[in-house]
Amino acid sequence: MADTKHTLVALVEDKPGVLNRITSLFRRRAFNIQSLAVGSSEHQGLSRMTTVVVGDSAQLEQVRKQLEKLVNVVKVSDITEENMVTRELALIKVKASASTRSEIMQIVDIFRANIVDVAPGSLTVEVTGDEDKVNSLLGLLQDFGIREVARTGRVALTRGKGS
Amino acid sequence: MKKTGAQILCESLVKEGVEVIFGILGGAVLPIYDTFPQYPRLRHILVRHEQGAAHAADGYARVTHKAGVCIATSGPGATNLVTGIANAYMDSAPLVAITGQVATPVIGKDAFQETDITGITIPIVKHNYLVTDVAELAKTVKEAFHIAQTGRPGPVLIDIPRDVQQQQTDFVYPDKLDLPGYKVVSRGHPAQIKKAAKLINEAEQPVIIAGRGIIISQAYDEFKEFAEKAQLPVVHTLLGLGSFPGNHILDLGMMGMHGTGYANMAVQNADLLIAIGMRFDDRATGNTGEFAPCARVIHVDIDPAEIGKNIPTEVPVVGDVKSVLTALNEVIERREHVDWLSQIEQWRYEYPSLEIRQSDELLPQYIIHRIYEATRGDALMVTGVGQNQMWAARYFVYTQPDSIISSGGLGPMGFELPAAMGVKIGCPEKVVWCVAGDGGFQMTIQELATMTQENIAVKIAIMNNGYLGMVRQWQELFYGRRYVDTKLWNPDFVKIAEAYDIPGIRVKRREEVIPAIQKAMDYPGAFLIDFLIEPEENIYPIVPPGESLARFFEPSKPEVLGG
Repeated sequence: MADTKHTLVALVEDKPGVLNRITSLFRRRAFNIQSLAVGSSEHQGLSRMTTVVVGDSAQLEQVRKQLEKLVNVVKVSDITEENMVTRELALIKVKASASTRSEIMQIVDIFRANIVDVAPGSLTVEVTGDEDKVNSLLGLLQDFGIREVARTGRVALTRGKGS
Repeated sequence: MKKTGAQILCESLVKEGVEVIFGILGGAVLPIYDTFPQYPRLRHILVRHEQGAAHAADGYARVTHKAGVCIATSGPGATNLVTGIANAYMDSAPLVAITGQVATPVIGKDAFQETDITGITIPIVKHNYLVTDVAELAKTVKEAFHIAQTGRPGPVLIDIPRDVQQQQTDFVYPDKLDLPGYKVVSRGHPAQIKKAAKLINEAEQPVIIAGRGIIISQAYDEFKEFAEKAQLPVVHTLLGLGSFPGNHILDLGMMGMHGTGYANMAVQNADLLIAIGMRFDDRATGNTGEFAPCARVIHVDIDPAEIGKNIPTEVPVVGDVKSVLTALNEVIERREHVDWLSQIEQWRYEYPSLEIRQSDELLPQYIIHRIYEATRGDALMVTGVGQNQMWAARYFVYTQPDSIISSGGLGPMGFELPAAMGVKIGCPEKVVWCVAGDGGFQMTIQELATMTQENIAVKIAIMNNGYLGMVRQWQELFYGRRYVDTKLWNPDFVKIAEAYDIPGIRVKRREEVIPAIQKAMDYPGAFLIDFLIEPEENIYPIVPPGESLARFFEPSKPEVLGG
C-alpha cells in the first residue's frame, strides 16, 4: 500500500497536557506526522487539531483509532477523501535591496500575498493558501535569499453541504 | 461539614467499593495515611517496594474483577510503581494508582522527591490525572474508577499534591460522569455478527483463539456454549488459559512460541480463525507474514484499535465478548467438523503435550503436574516470567476461570510473589501457588516480609535451576551455548524463608516432590519449596523467534505424564 498524506481533524478537550498525550502517542507508535496545528474550535472547552500524517491506509486507520482511545480526544475524522478546504499560513523574511524590492513585490502580488514588514535589507511576506501555493512562492523567493520562514502547518475543514 | 482532600479521597474509595489498598507511605502521602484510621473499611497492606504494591493490586484486580488500588509517595515511590503500571496496561488489568506529589507551589521547581509521574506514565496508562484543586478530587476518583474498570480495562493514575490532600471543601460524590471523549462499545454490530456467523457456519477447519477478553468479560458459559454448539476447537493465548476447560475434548491448550504442537498445527491449517478477546501478540503468532496462511479471520474485541493492528481481519466485531457471544450463539448452526477434529486428534497423538523426557534429575514439568494433581486443579497458579511461567502454563491443566495469573505482555520477572499476595487477598478461600524462578524470585523477594506481616498464606514453588533459565535456553539454542552471565549464585532460599518466619524445605529428588507439596498444602500459612531442578532443562516445543508457528521443534520425549 502506498504512503499518502492524510489530513486528520480532531476535536480534543482543552485541558493541560492533552497535546503531550497526543504527541506522545505519535512518537510511541512511530506514526509519521508532517504537521500539527491546534487552536480553539466553535465548542467551548474543545480545541480543533489538524494533523497531516503520512502513511498507508492501514497505518492511518491505526492512527485514528489510537487517537480516539485517548480519553481527552472527543472525535477524530480522516477527511482526506472528503471535499475539504485546507490552508496554511507562512511568514517569509526575504532579503531585499533597492534593486530587488520591486521584483519581490510583483511576485507577492501575483500570489495575493501581503508584505507585512519592510526593513532596509529585507521584506517580510505573509502568504495564505494550500501547501502548493506556499511552496511555489517560497521557491520563487529562494533566488533572493530567504532569511527566516515560519509556517503554521495545515488547518482544514470539510466544505459546507451543497457547496 | 468540610472535609480534607485526604478524607475526600478515602470517602471516594469507599464509595467505589474499595476494600484493600497496597502501598508504602512517604512524605507526600502522609496526610492520606494519617486519615486511614478514620476509614477502617480500607485495609492497607504495607508492601516492601512500590513495584510490589502495583503487582499485588494487579493480581487482586485480575481475580476479583474490580480495580486494584495501590498508593505510593512522590518521586521514587511513584517511579517504582512504573513497572507494575506498565504490566497492568499491557495485560488490560484494572488498576487505580494513587501517588502523592510535592505541594503545588513547588511543582516544576525540582523539589525534593518531585517527579513528573503523569508525564512519565502517559504511554503506559489508560488515563492519568494531576489534581491541582481539591474541588476536582471526588470527580477525578469517580472518573478514574470508571475508566479503569470499563471497556478494555487498564491502569489509571491519580497524582495528588500534598497541599491538595490538606485543603478542605464539601464532599459531594458526583453521580454523573462527564467524559465526552470516552466511549465504550458494548454490543457488536448486528451486521458484523451476521457476517461472522456466516463464516462460522461455512468453515470446514475453524479454530477459536481464546484470549483474556473472555475472562475479563466473564463470558465462560457463553463461550463454552459457542464452542460446543459449532464444535469449534479452542486454542488459547497465555492469558486466555482458563477461559475454557483445559480437559475438554475441544481444548488444544496454548498456542504460540511455547504452545502445544497440535495447537500450532491447528492454527496454521485453519480455514477460519475466530479470535476472541486477544490481540495477536507476537509470542502467540510467530512470524505474522506466515501466520495461518489459509485462514479467514474474525476478530472480536472491545478495543477497536486492536482490529487490524497486527493481523488483517476480514470480519471485525467490536464489542464486549459476552454480549457478542450471546448474539452469535443465537445465529450459528450446530456443526460437527468430524474430519477436522479427527485430524487434530491425529496431531494431538503425534505431538503429545504432557510428555517429558526420561531423566533421573528433578524435572520442572513433573513438579508442576504434581501440583496440578495434588490440588485437583482447584488452585490459583501465579507465575513468574520465563521458563517457570511456560512450564506452569503447559503442565497444569486449567479447568477453571481465573486459575492462572501471569504476566503476558510486559513480562516483568518478579511479578509472581507480589501478584500472588494480591490474588490470595482477593480470594482468601482459594489455594494460591506462586511458581517462581530462582532469578525472578530475587527481584521481589522482600515481599516475603509483607506476607508474614499480613498472614498471607501463599505456597511458593521455586523452580531453582541456578540460571536465568529462559535466557540460558536461548543462549543454548540460538547463541552457540555461550552462557554469558546467566549462571546465578543463589542464597539458601530455605534459610531466607526461615529468616522471614516462613517454613520451607528443599527438594532434590523426584520421590520428595509429592510429600513436599502435601506438606505445603497442609501447613496453614505461607510455605516455600526450593525445587533444585535439572539446571539445563528446556521448555519445548519452541518456535524460534521470528519464525512461523509451523516451525516448532522439540527433542523426543518418551515419558507421558498423568497417564
